[in-house]
Amino acid sequence: MARQRGDAGTNAASKARRQRKKKAKENKTRTVHASIRHDPSKGEESPNRHYANNKIKTTKYTVLSFLPKNLFEQFHRFANVYFVFIALLNFVPVVNAFQPELALAPVVFILSVTAIKDLWEDYRRHRSDKEINHMDCLVYGRAEGRYVEKYWKEVRVGDFIKLRCNEILPADVLLLSSSDPDRLCHIETATLDGETNLKQRQVVRSFFELDCDFDPLKYNSVIECEKPNNDLNRFRGYIIHRSGRRDALYKENLLLRGCTIRNTEEAVGIVIYAGHETKAMLNNNGPRYKRSKLERQMNVDVFWCVIILLVMCLFAAVGHGLWMFQYGDKRPVFDVLGPDGTDLSPIMSAIYLFLTMIIVFQVLIPISLFVSIEIVKICQVYFIHQDMDLYDEETDSHLQCRALNITEDLGQMQYIFSDKTGTLTENKMVFRRCTVTGVEYSHDANARRLAMYQEIDSEEEECTSHGGTLPRRDSVTSHQSARVVLRSQSTKSHRRTGSRAEAKRASILSKHTAFSSPMEKDITPDPQLLDKVNECSSQMDFMRFHSQPMSQLPSDLSDTIDFFIALTICNTVVVSSPNQPRQKVRMRFELKSPVKTIEDFIKRFTPSRLTSGSNNSSSSSLITNRSSNKGCSSLLSSPSAESTLTKLDEEHPSGGLDHTFSPVPLCYDAKALTLEEGELRYEAESPDEAALVYAAKAYKCSLVGRLPDQVTVELPHLGKLNFELLHTLGFDSTRKRMSVVVRHPLTDQITVYTKGADSVIMDLIKPPDTGNSKGKRQKKNVYRTQNYLNQYAADGLRTLCIAKKILTKEEYACWLQRHLQAETSIQGREQLLFESALRLETNLQLLGATGIEDRLQDGVPETIASLRKAGLQIWVLTGDKQETAVNIAYACKLLDPEEEILTLNADSQEACALLLEESLHYIQAKFLCSSTEPATKALHTNLALFDIYSSSSSSSSSSSHTTPFTVHRLGLVIDGRTLAYALDKSLEDKFLAVARSCRSVLCCRSTPLQKSMVVKLVRNKLKVMTLAIGDGANDVSMIQVADVGVGISGQEGMQAVMASDFALPRFRYLHKLLLVHGHWCYSRLANMILYFFYKNAMFVALIFWYQFYCGFSGSAMIDQWYLIFFNLMFSAFPQLITGTLDKDVSAETLQHLPQLYVNGQNSEEYKPYMFWMNMIDAFYQSLICFFIPYFAYADSDVDLFTWGTPITTLALITILLHLGIETKTWTWMNWLSIGFSVALFFTVALCYNASCPTCYSPSNPYWTMQRLLQDPVFYLLCVVTPFSALLPRYFYRACQGTLFPSPVQVGRQFDKLPAETRRNILSLSRVKVGSPLSARPPFLSLTKPFTNDCNKKDQRSFQGSKTTQTKHGPVLQTEEETGRQSPTGTTVGEQGFLDRYTLVPTETDTLPYTKDAAPLSTEQHSPPTKGSECLRKTLELSSWNPSDSVQLSLPPDTDSHCVKYMRNSEEKLGSDHAFHQAHRTKAEDSLHTTL
Amino acid sequence: MVKHEQESTNRPDNTAFTQQRLPAWQPMLSAGIVIPGFLIIGAAFIGIGVALFVTSQSIQVLEIDYTGDDKTAPCYKCIAPNQKNCQCQISFSLNSTFKGPVFFYYALSNFFQNHRRYGVSKDDNQLFGDTSYFTSPSSSCSPYQYDSSNKPIVPCGSVANSMFSDTFQLYQVVNGTNKLVPWDGQGIAWWTDYSIKYRNPSVTPLQNAFNNTVKPINWTKPAYELDPTDSSNNGFINQDFLVWMRRAALPNFRKLYRRITQGDYAQGLPAGNYLLNINYSYPVVDFGGRKKVVLSNVSWMGGKNDFLGIAYLVIGSLCVVMSVVMLIVYAKFKFPDEE
Repeated sequence: MARQRGDAGTNAASKARRQRKKKAKENKTRTVHASIRHDPSKGEESPNRHYANNKIKTTKYTVLSFLPKNLFEQFHRFANVYFVFIALLNFVPVVNAFQPELALAPVVFILSVTAIKDLWEDYRRHRSDKEINHMDCLVYGRAEGRYVEKYWKEVRVGDFIKLRCNEILPADVLLLSSSDPDRLCHIETATLDGETNLKQRQVVRSFFELDCDFDPLKYNSVIECEKPNNDLNRFRGYIIHRSGRRDALYKENLLLRGCTIRNTEEAVGIVIYAGHETKAMLNNNGPRYKRSKLERQMNVDVFWCVIILLVMCLFAAVGHGLWMFQYGDKRPVFDVLGPDGTDLSPIMSAIYLFLTMIIVFQVLIPISLFVSIEIVKICQVYFIHQDMDLYDEETDSHLQCRALNITEDLGQMQYIFSDKTGTLTENKMVFRRCTVTGVEYSHDANARRLAMYQEIDSEEEECTSHGGTLPRRDSVTSHQSARVVLRSQSTKSHRRTGSRAEAKRASILSKHTAFSSPMEKDITPDPQLLDKVNECSSQMDFMRFHSQPMSQLPSDLSDTIDFFIALTICNTVVVSSPNQPRQKVRMRFELKSPVKTIEDFIKRFTPSRLTSGSNNSSSSSLITNRSSNKGCSSLLSSPSAESTLTKLDEEHPSGGLDHTFSPVPLCYDAKALTLEEGELRYEAESPDEAALVYAAKAYKCSLVGRLPDQVTVELPHLGKLNFELLHTLGFDSTRKRMSVVVRHPLTDQITVYTKGADSVIMDLIKPPDTGNSKGKRQKKNVYRTQNYLNQYAADGLRTLCIAKKILTKEEYACWLQRHLQAETSIQGREQLLFESALRLETNLQLLGATGIEDRLQDGVPETIASLRKAGLQIWVLTGDKQETAVNIAYACKLLDPEEEILTLNADSQEACALLLEESLHYIQAKFLCSSTEPATKALHTNLALFDIYSSSSSSSSSSSHTTPFTVHRLGLVIDGRTLAYALDKSLEDKFLAVARSCRSVLCCRSTPLQKSMVVKLVRNKLKVMTLAIGDGANDVSMIQVADVGVGISGQEGMQAVMASDFALPRFRYLHKLLLVHGHWCYSRLANMILYFFYKNAMFVALIFWYQFYCGFSGSAMIDQWYLIFFNLMFSAFPQLITGTLDKDVSAETLQHLPQLYVNGQNSEEYKPYMFWMNMIDAFYQSLICFFIPYFAYADSDVDLFTWGTPITTLALITILLHLGIETKTWTWMNWLSIGFSVALFFTVALCYNASCPTCYSPSNPYWTMQRLLQDPVFYLLCVVTPFSALLPRYFYRACQGTLFPSPVQVGRQFDKLPAETRRNILSLSRVKVGSPLSARPPFLSLTKPFTNDCNKKDQRSFQGSKTTQTKHGPVLQTEEETGRQSPTGTTVGEQGFLDRYTLVPTETDTLPYTKDAAPLSTEQHSPPTKGSECLRKTLELSSWNPSDSVQLSLPPDTDSHCVKYMRNSEEKLGSDHAFHQAHRTKAEDSLHTTL
Repeated sequence: MVKHEQESTNRPDNTAFTQQRLPAWQPMLSAGIVIPGFLIIGAAFIGIGVALFVTSQSIQVLEIDYTGDDKTAPCYKCIAPNQKNCQCQISFSLNSTFKGPVFFYYALSNFFQNHRRYGVSKDDNQLFGDTSYFTSPSSSCSPYQYDSSNKPIVPCGSVANSMFSDTFQLYQVVNGTNKLVPWDGQGIAWWTDYSIKYRNPSVTPLQNAFNNTVKPINWTKPAYELDPTDSSNNGFINQDFLVWMRRAALPNFRKLYRRITQGDYAQGLPAGNYLLNINYSYPVVDFGGRKKVVLSNVSWMGGKNDFLGIAYLVIGSLCVVMSVVMLIVYAKFKFPDEE
């Protein structure tokens, strides 16, 4: 691309340099000149003219290109090419079977339906493009000399744009000027990433010093920057001034298209990227296309259909050849010569016939299948969208299906990989407790308060009304228009501002402010700590008053206050007030940029500057200076400042001396004056930051303002203090900490406050000098804090450590020098800054630690229990530390206190290998007995890959053939480091072997990459369907790898949602999504596909049979019209309706009996053999439909179409009735569609047969249908033929349904029971669920409905087992249950059902509802059936009792660092599970023996 | 309230349709319904079957094969090719009265009128009387489109060309004399065929329309002279031609030749001896076909066909058997359960 250079103003030297540079970077950079400097009227061409303009066009087609382009796209689908090929084959006279034009009809129909759909979508895109292109913005016009309104599409690169508050950015703009006195501009990026907290953007540094009024005419710099790319978080470049000075540009200078300007009155910028080159547009990816498992299976069967077709054609061709051969040379009168009169040899005819037959039989490959599936899926997506149960009232968001074509995969999931934070938990951080200087403050009152919220919540759960009218911001409208801008990311910003019912009102009020539910904000301080804070601040105040140096303060007191200061300022929280949202509370003291140069540093840190006087004057002069700038500091009028001062003085009588320490007069924003401080709102990028700030606020240590260069904190007694913010070293996941460098206003020391994960901070703590008492105390402090940290983690709290470090000026200067180098360097800047941060964060002094609770989302334990009952394996992959993760896992019932836990912690490859080996041995030893079972032996033989590791027990979660591994009552916990080793090629098989035999797997401290590797491993090696669910950016890779990715539209932005196939507002919705919609979608689609194959095969086979009676000539007794439109019209609608609406089991039952989900997991609706069964049935039915009319009309004078039309009719009726048998629920739409189909057929037939006596060559069936309707035989056939055709299927269904119902059929019968009985059965099953170790798989007696013997036996064994159960069963349980168990007034029939349903709950893997269910006695674990009888013996042998965890650690010599993690049952179980304690020691003993 | 609604713009509609709660009938295949259902249907089917079977049994059919491939057969003499105006007689006797109206059919076997290329070979427009197609018949008629001298064939195509050409006369032998049984050649084709679908060109005399055309190769006389006795039965609306043009569905077929509805025989053919005189000209031996004549009377359900009645009987009984089997199985598996 030619770049126009030659800004006339630039000097030759820089020009030459640039030119050199240009050569080097020709392809990597873009150069942007101000376009107003080039006057088109003078013939100057804009140097930016080669860049894309701001007109966007997302349409695919133009009027002209639509047809060719659309056809070209459609022919990418192989099926379409095939059908067109067949249609074209009809134009060859030798082989044609139909009227050529007519043969084109179906394919043209299908193509045009798709084309119309595409056209409509494109038109919608066009409309919205037009709308966006015609939005207004202010662009500086050269001719006018001012900003003029222009359409977005007229904006060009290099234009100057003026943006006002709440406007949406039309392009990517480099910020050159802002009305904000700090030269800041706030933007909201909700449309880009869903994050609603404000982002600060800075004016380019060279324009910092400029006055408020930016004059575009004076601008004569050149910008060199990256080429357009889609990385939202990266922008690099230089601005080259006329003087030749170059300034670097960062992403902080760039305003992205689609964002909204907030809190800034006016901003001016130059357009860098426009239109399709903007980052937002480059990020705009269309919907994702995945191929579902069902479709893959279907494609195999389509392939089989092709084979069947070819075989049939070949058969017919050979038959025709033989038929011709038998006549020899004597050509009979009915064997017509070729058109040219030549005599075809039998072989040639056979070859031609083969092609003809392909045309005739083409219907076997269902042309409409693909279109029908698409239509059905769209309907399914529509219904999922519409589900009220998946709608979250609080955030006004519902489930989104982002991938349209994998809905049925939802019904076939086998493994769920879940993130923890934000997915299982709310990601709503609540401050729970803290440790300051080694003293723990338990915050009991706070805990009580939180418990109260929970109660209120449960009470008001049903309350659906919103309270009160809500103030609405005027900017809401602009929000909505912002959505229009990027409709690609049409996912509106989903935010959860408060889940609790109480918080609802507040949440809507504060819709645009993050992390602000009262639960998070109102923290009840611990009285002791509060006293201490008060004490030390008053002491400090006293000392300040008496001008005593602060260093005399007792260190624990100063540490306490430092702790809170750190909490307050060591973050990136932005302060705003709710009534004028996004209106920053302005508390200016002085205008000062952060330390940027060494000179600056020296200048600033000279002692003279610390005197109040000089500062006072300098700042006041600044104020006057700024006040003179019109518009900029209008808010900073001195009267208001004075009034503030007086007010402050009133509030804080001791604040009179503030001037000494915060030497600048306070200037309040005029609006801020009216605000109460309590209404300050904090906006944080991560929720725990906000939680800490709110916590500090509860101790009267509140953050009142944040500017790039200073933080204002209000402390009790001390009033407002300004901390000069020298540096912020932001958080990154490698360092796992963040730091701020401030100058402490009280001590005037340069202080580093660091906050971070305990594991890293603890390593950075300065080793205390044990010589003196202070050092000793510090050591004790560290020791104690570590103890408390462990305790916090065990309670499932997120822990953070707070530390500080005081730098001497020399140290600081030394560090600063290198830091500045790092900041200004261009190459490897990030790395240098990282190293610089590492240099600073050393030898810290521990202040304390905090424990933040991340509350579980509503319904998570129930959802997990239910999904597990549904046969899903749930793995949790989290970045949290092991202890926290384990505790959350217990809380959400992922781990069961009664199951053992294998903990794998290793720090070397060999150790990991050894651990895995040991675990395997352990599992094998423990569950060895079951291999005696013949059934499992059979499974063993099927195992190829994992044969040596295979282990199984009598307990099996599902009879799935895909997961031959049985699942034990074991939990596996593995940390990230060990996981890295385990994922190694050499160990992954072993790891999988261990992991898959555990009931739950928990991976802690895992990186995003590891998460995706785990998913990939399981998916590829175990060949299972995987679902990954997460909410944050760290889950994106996992979501993308899994078969189905689910994003939670939570608080961590939208990246996960953007990457996902389905976006849920909450985790618990997964329950209904999978169990109900997944099940339905799967069973509907599976049945529809099978039906499709059946239907076409049945229809085509009719013609095939006829070939035996027409000399294999390719003749058809079915009129070509019927043949071609049969699929497309006559039989199309009912199957679509059934495919969309049919419900095999009601939603309620599916949710109550999660076991029914196994149906989809095992692909029971559509197994490979079912395709063949359907084919056989189709052939049988077609035989009936062919031969009954054949014999009925044998020896009569019937003509071809008078005989063929009844066959068509019969086939249609049979096919529709077949669908009727397969339809489980008949709504009026089903009736209507079937009625419509029949009516349509007869109407079309009658019209067709009456319309034209000569048109429809060669069949010309004039008046045939009319004659038939007068023929009684026709009606007699219509009764007997469909009936006999469907008799076997109906009989099979009837037998199966009544005698050996499948689980789904049982569920259906369950549906029909009266609600009362249903409740009784369910409550019964709920209790029975509590028996955890029964060996029978669910529905054992019902799983194999096909073999009578087996069933009989199973039923018997069930009968037997029931008695054993009651015999062996726990006394405790029976007593508890009898009350609930006896459903009042159950009839004998209901009793029968009860019998059946007692089966349901006694599943091994069901999770006991430990809270509701009665404590379970250990005897209850005694398994009732034969296989488990055996298990019990082994248990006795190893004297094992299912209780606590097993510790797996290596001998000390190999693995000295192995974390020994031993769960203490007493701790966890508490008093209500006291009976476990009795067994604990025994269990531990036994474990040792086992090991 | 308005604001509230605006807040919940994403809220789905709570209707029975969108929430998939449409009232629905769930047919449950329970034994209580299925077993009696099968019994009732079985009984009904058996009833219909009996009725059909009885009806079918009352129909009388007489088939006479006159192919003549057997040396002893009367028509053996006509079997040699290139014979002109060969006649043969077949005598038969009826033991009982053949109830009228009696339909007289000719039947061909192994004749594939349903062959695909055969069926295509005609020109509907020509047969509709459109004279423009007389001069240039449709290419679908090929190779019977033009004769060797490139004159158009009317009616063109293989179907017309292969028209059945045997003619019959039936005599009752009464006291040694042959009494011609009069029959009706009218209305043997579909009404729609000779009134709508096929038409003669509106040229009088009809012969003029056929100028510059030739008759089909196998025909002995042109289309306008098909019926010398009835001038309105000529051309494309000749009933025998129409019957032939309606292609048979199966390779063994009958076609109606005449109906015996007149004179003494309106009530049927009385018992006695009959003589069938055949003008034998249609060759079938080449392709292994056979020729027959069939005398049959009809009922409300058409000709004699036992099959439909038997089918109903079989299916009906099957239903009953199935219900019994299900009852036994059900009893064996279910009832102990409920005890």
